[in-house]
Amino acid sequence: MSYIAIRMLMGDRSKYLGIIMGLTFASLIMTQQPAIFVGLMTRSFSFISDVGLPDIWVMDPKVQFVDDVKPLQDTELYRVRGVSGVDWAMPLYKGLIKARLTNGNFQTCNVIGLDDATLIGGPPEMIEGRLEDLRRADSVIVDQYGANEKLGVKGPDGTLSPLKVGDLLELNDHRAIVVGIAKTTRTFQSQPVVYTTYSRAKNMAPRERKLLSFILVKAKPSVALEELTRNIESHTGLAAYTQKGFQELTYNYYMKNTGIPINFGISVALGFLVGAAIAGQTFYSFTLENLRQFAVLKAMGAGNGTLLMMILLQASIVGIIGYGLGVGLTSVFGWAMRNTILSFKFPWQLLVFSGVGVMLICLIAAGISIRKVMTLEPAMVFKT
Amino acid sequence: MRVTPMMAVHCRNLTKRYQAGGQEVMALRGVHLDIPVGQLMMLVGPSGCGKTTLISVIAGILDQDEGTCEVYGVDLKSLSDRDKLAFRAKNIGFVFQSYNLLPSLTAQENAAVPLIINGVKRPLALQAAREILDRVGLGQRLTSMPSQLSGGQQQRVAIARSLVHDPRLIVCDEPTSALDHDTGQRVMELLKGVALDAGKALIIVTHDERIFEFADTIAHMDDGNIVKSPSLQPTSTSPY
Repeated sequence: MSYIAIRMLMGDRSKYLGIIMGLTFASLIMTQQPAIFVGLMTRSFSFISDVGLPDIWVMDPKVQFVDDVKPLQDTELYRVRGVSGVDWAMPLYKGLIKARLTNGNFQTCNVIGLDDATLIGGPPEMIEGRLEDLRRADSVIVDQYGANEKLGVKGPDGTLSPLKVGDLLELNDHRAIVVGIAKTTRTFQSQPVVYTTYSRAKNMAPRERKLLSFILVKAKPSVALEELTRNIESHTGLAAYTQKGFQELTYNYYMKNTGIPINFGISVALGFLVGAAIAGQTFYSFTLENLRQFAVLKAMGAGNGTLLMMILLQASIVGIIGYGLGVGLTSVFGWAMRNTILSFKFPWQLLVFSGVGVMLICLIAAGISIRKVMTLEPAMVFKT
Repeated sequence: MRVTPMMAVHCRNLTKRYQAGGQEVMALRGVHLDIPVGQLMMLVGPSGCGKTTLISVIAGILDQDEGTCEVYGVDLKSLSDRDKLAFRAKNIGFVFQSYNLLPSLTAQENAAVPLIINGVKRPLALQAAREILDRVGLGQRLTSMPSQLSGGQQQRVAIARSLVHDPRLIVCDEPTSALDHDTGQRVMELLKGVALDAGKALIIVTHDERIFEFADTIAHMDDGNIVKSPSLQPTSTSPY
């Protein structure tokens, strides 16, 4: 009977394609939009992920997320170093500073100041130059996206020349020479990221009494991180988070205080509803048109259980094909957008999410049709 | 309980009521009917007289409200739904006025459907369908879709489908009404020749007096009852 069910399904080409299109659309929207959402949310804490070495981030207790910098006094660094269980603690500057390009344009940059001696907190990967080159006078390292896009200079013919090693910048009226290009993960903020030393960053930054953004802490071996964060908080009165904890703080801030989840949630819900409407309606209409065929099978001795299995098989086939096409299109979309500014992250959980969504649509569509077929009176086959 | 070994169908005092538009309609009013094994009985009567209801009850598609209807000694109403389906799948073949072929299956696949419903493996079912289609003269059209066949050819596929699983009772509803005279005659010759093997019986609902000559007996129905007992002398003209 499976064979008959499949032939019945594929026999009506237009409806068959209509159902698959509806499910493909639903599957596409239910994977593509969340993939962009996940990519976007991952960017919110990508800077924390990129600074991989420290175990604990220490900051002002009022900080709500990674870009919400509330500077500390430099003396706080020594207090943190004095807490039992701390192996090392290093300063990190993070702030926005205006850069003047060689063509006279201005661009706000996210300047990261690393500890002068150890350069802890530097970019995860260098494309050109070395991290140690930051020890040279006036040196900075620029992230590749900033170098290729916003810090690039447009020539007279309109072509964009990327910023290169050896090029000069002016950061808040301070000379800076590019000594390296780094590969970083894109952040939620779109500004270019410029790495330099902590002392140089303080010089470049506008005058403020406090300039220490974060303190990066490494725990001694065998010290429990949760316990150390509590110790740091109780001894210094500052806030201390593990790397994961700080990522969650940032993620939760964006989830609660921005309209991003609602906007994407609406898109996903609409995708589900439209997909369910198209697929459900077309599948139901397909069943209605085939009622006579089901009645013939029923009259000839096919039971309700058999017809139920036939409908579920038909729903499963269109579901699997629609889901596969939707997920495939999402993958192609992600691949095509891989080198653009668009955020896109496609974890396996999204496959499960959209799979469950498509399965629900199929069950709804099949459910409506099943009810009709189960109550079908086989005597209708004698009517013309 | 077997009533008589020679009766394919044995109905006594069959009644069937419907609710239509809030009113009760008496479709069958105490019908008595016997169809002996090996006979082709035609059931004739005006539209709405209860012919279709009667063959639906005989075929086990509808349950009567009162009375008994035994097919080869089995009272279908006494069977569970599951057993009734199994009985119908094994013992009854159907030929419909509008053929009711599955449009997305080939002629051979259509003819194989009853065997597939009975759980026969597809290759074997298709082989049996090929043989029966050969017998009805459609051996060359195995892979044709119903839309590629003429009305007569479609009805021959339907006949092949009704016979492929070797049922004991074949129920036909207006098998020739959509066909021209010559095609109708050929279809009836085929039905009578192929279907009435030993131990089988045929019941045909029809208005088509052109085929009365093929009947062994004719039962006349009106207003939910048999008004003229099955006659062994086929009527040459019909009032319907």
